[in-house]
Amino acid sequence: MEQLLSVLIGALVAGSVFLMLAGHLLRFLFGLILLSNAANLTIFLAGGLTPGAPPLISEGAEGPTGTVANALPQALVLTAIVIGFGLFAFALILAFRAYQTLGTLDTDAMRVAEPEEAQ
Amino acid sequence: MSWLLSLPLIIPFATAIAAFLVRGHASGRWISLTGSAIALAAAIALLMVVLDDGVIAGQMGGWPAPFGITLVADLLSAVMVLITAITAFAVAIYAFGDIDRRREELGYHALFQTLIAGVTGAFLTGDLFNLYVWFEVMLIASFGMLILGGEKEQIDGGVKYVALNLVSTLLFLSGIGLLYGMTGTLNLADLAQKVETIPNQGLLTAVAMMFMVGFGIKAAVFPLFFWLPASYHTPSFAVSAVFAGLLTKVGVYAMIRMFTMIFDHDIGFTHTILLWIAGFTMVTGVLGAASQGDFRKILSFHIISQIGYMILGLALMTPLALLGAVFYLVHHIIVKANLFLIAGIASRATGSTDLYRIGGLYASSPLLAVLFLIPAFSLAGFPPLSGFWAKYVLVKASLDAEFWFMAFIALAVGLMTIFSMTKIWAEAFWKPHPTNPDPALDQVPHRGALLLPVAGLAVLTMVIGLYPEPFVVFAERAAAQLLDPTAYITAVLGAAP
Amino acid sequence: MNSIILIAGARLLVVLMLVFSLFMLIRGHNEPGGGFIGGLLAAIGFVVYAIACGTRDARRALRFRPSSIAGTGLGLALLAGVMAAIWGDTLFTGQWLFLGATETDKGWPLSTVLLFDIGVYLVVLGAILSIVFSLEEAV
Repeated sequence: MEQLLSVLIGALVAGSVFLMLAGHLLRFLFGLILLSNAANLTIFLAGGLTPGAPPLISEGAEGPTGTVANALPQALVLTAIVIGFGLFAFALILAFRAYQTLGTLDTDAMRVAEPEEAQ
Repeated sequence: MSWLLSLPLIIPFATAIAAFLVRGHASGRWISLTGSAIALAAAIALLMVVLDDGVIAGQMGGWPAPFGITLVADLLSAVMVLITAITAFAVAIYAFGDIDRRREELGYHALFQTLIAGVTGAFLTGDLFNLYVWFEVMLIASFGMLILGGEKEQIDGGVKYVALNLVSTLLFLSGIGLLYGMTGTLNLADLAQKVETIPNQGLLTAVAMMFMVGFGIKAAVFPLFFWLPASYHTPSFAVSAVFAGLLTKVGVYAMIRMFTMIFDHDIGFTHTILLWIAGFTMVTGVLGAASQGDFRKILSFHIISQIGYMILGLALMTPLALLGAVFYLVHHIIVKANLFLIAGIASRATGSTDLYRIGGLYASSPLLAVLFLIPAFSLAGFPPLSGFWAKYVLVKASLDAEFWFMAFIALAVGLMTIFSMTKIWAEAFWKPHPTNPDPALDQVPHRGALLLPVAGLAVLTMVIGLYPEPFVVFAERAAAQLLDPTAYITAVLGAAP
Repeated sequence: MNSIILIAGARLLVVLMLVFSLFMLIRGHNEPGGGFIGGLLAAIGFVVYAIACGTRDARRALRFRPSSIAGTGLGLALLAGVMAAIWGDTLFTGQWLFLGATETDKGWPLSTVLLFDIGVYLVVLGAILSIVFSLEEAV
C-alpha cells in the first residue's frame, strides 16, 4: 500500500509541475491543488498507515481498545487541507480579479508591475 | 511565565478583531496604534525576562511537550519579537498619514495586526507544524494587504507573490511530513534530540534541502527571489515597509533556527550550499538594484542582497558569524523598513517614485534628506552607523574562517550598495525637480505622522551605531544559544534524563 | 435560478441543515462532530438558500455580514483561550463548570472548550459564506 501511495504522490507532483509550467494562471492553480494533495498524502503516508479503528475512546473506558489509527497525521492533514482550501479560494478569486483587470491569464503577458523597459 | 510568552500573540489578535469589528469607522487607526503600543510593552517585558532568566517556555493548554504546542523564547526569538513590535508601532503611526479611508474600510488595520500576530507567532513557536500555521496566518494577511486597493499593478504583483509563496508553503509542508515520518515528533527541541538517532542520515540531508528551498523562497535567496522585486513596489508604502522589514526575515529566522538546531548533522554539505547561496544572493541582489530606476524597486533588490549577508553568517556557522547574522537581522529590519517609509514621504512630496521624474528634495526639505542619509549610509555600512558593525563582524568572521572570497564579495557588495544609494541621493534629492520647481514637504498632509516614525527609527539606527557594545554582547549571547541548544531543549522538555 | 421546486425544497432543507449543524456542534463535545463540521453544514445550508433565492435574500436571511460573523467567532475563540487566565492556567487550558452536579450525576457540563467550538462554528460559517457570496456576486 505504501509503495502504491508513493507512486501516486510522485504522479501527482509530476502532473502538478507540468501544469505549473504551462504558462497559464488557471493551470498553475490546478497544479497547485495537485501539489497540495501530494503534500497532504505525504504527511499521511509518513505518519504510517495502520489498519485500525478510529482513535476514539468508548464510553466509560480509560483508553482506546485494540489497534487504533495514528490520529496526529490525520489532524495535521485536516489542518493543512483547511488552510490550503482557504488559500486556494483566495488564489482563485485573485486569478478572477487578475483576468478582469489585466484581461489575460497568460503568465508571460502579465508585466504591468515589471514593464519590459526597466527605465 | 507562559502568559508573558503568549501576550505578544494575544494582543495583536485581539487588536485585529477589535479593528475588524469597527472597520469603516475612524477609530480603527487608534485601536491599531494602542494595540501596537501595548504589544511593544509586552515585547519589552518578554525580552527583560529572557535576559534575566534565560530561555523560557510555555505549554499551551497545559499539554506537556512534546505532545502539546510549545511557545519558546530564547534571546533570538525575544529580540525578533521586540523588533517586530517596534516596526509595527512605527508603521501604525505612519498609517495615519499613508492609509486612506477606502483601505481602512476594506480592513487594513485588522489585516496589519493579523500579519504582526503571524510574524510574532512564527518567532515564538517551538513546534514545527505550528510554525507552518503561523506562516499561513502571516501569508493570508499579507495577501490581503498586498492587493488592498485593487490597482492594476497590485493585482499583477500579487499574482506572482501568491503563486510562489504557495509553492514554498507546500514544500515546507511536505518537509514537515517527511521529518515527522522519520522522527515521530514535531516539537523542535524533541526533534533536535531525535534527529541524531535516525539511521539514514542521508535522508535527513534530503529533507534539509526541502526546507532550504521552502524557506529560501520565503527569505528570497538566490535563485528563488524573483517574486520579491515583482511585488514589493506595488502596495501602499506602509504595507511595503512592513513587508520589507519583516516578511523575508521570518524566512531567514526559520532558516537559522532549523539549520542550527536540527540540520546540523552534515555541515560540510548543507552549509557549503548555504555559503554559495549567500554569495550569489548578495551579488545578484546588488546588481539587480544597480539596473533599476525606481525608488522602491532599488530598495527591493537591496533586501535580497542584504539577505545574502545574513545567510553568510548562518553558512559560516562560527560563533562570530552567527553573532553577525543576529546583529544584521536586527539592524536590517529597522533600516529597511525606514527606507521604505522615506520612499513614501518622497513620493508624496514629489509625486512619484520613479527617480527620473522626481528631484529637488534636498533643497526643499533638508530634514528628509538627513533622515534618508542615516539609514542609507547604514545600509551601505558606513561607520559609525549600525550597518558598519554588522558588516564588519561578518567580514571578520569570513576572514577568520579563511573564506577570503566571501569577505571580498561582502565588501564589494557594500561598495555597490553605496552606488545605488548615491543614485537615489543624486536623482531624488540633489538634482532639481524636472517639471515642478519646488516639491514642498510642508504641503504633504499628515506629515507629522509620516516623519515621526522615520525619525524614531533613524535615532534607533544611530544608537545601535554609536553604542554597539551592549548589542554586540547581546548578539553574542544569542549566537551562543543557537550553537548550543541545550538551554532551549532543557527549557522545553525539562532537565535531560 | 428560478425553480419553484428548488425554492420550496430549499426552505425545508435549510431549516433541517441548520438544526443538524447545531446538533453536530453540541455533539462534538464527546463524539465525532464539533464546531468545524457544524459550521460547514450551516454554511452549506445558506449556500443552498443563496442558490435557490439569490445572494440578496440569503444575506438578508443571515441578518449580519458574513465577515462580521467570522470576526465575532474569532473573538469568542480567543476569549475562550484567554479565560484560562482567571483560573491561573496557561493559555487555552480547558476550564469546566458542572452545573447542578451531584455525586452520581455530572449535571450540565459547561466549558471554555464549548465556547471555543462555538467560536470555530461562527468563523467557519462566516468565512465560507463571505467567500461564496462574493464569488457568486462577482461572476
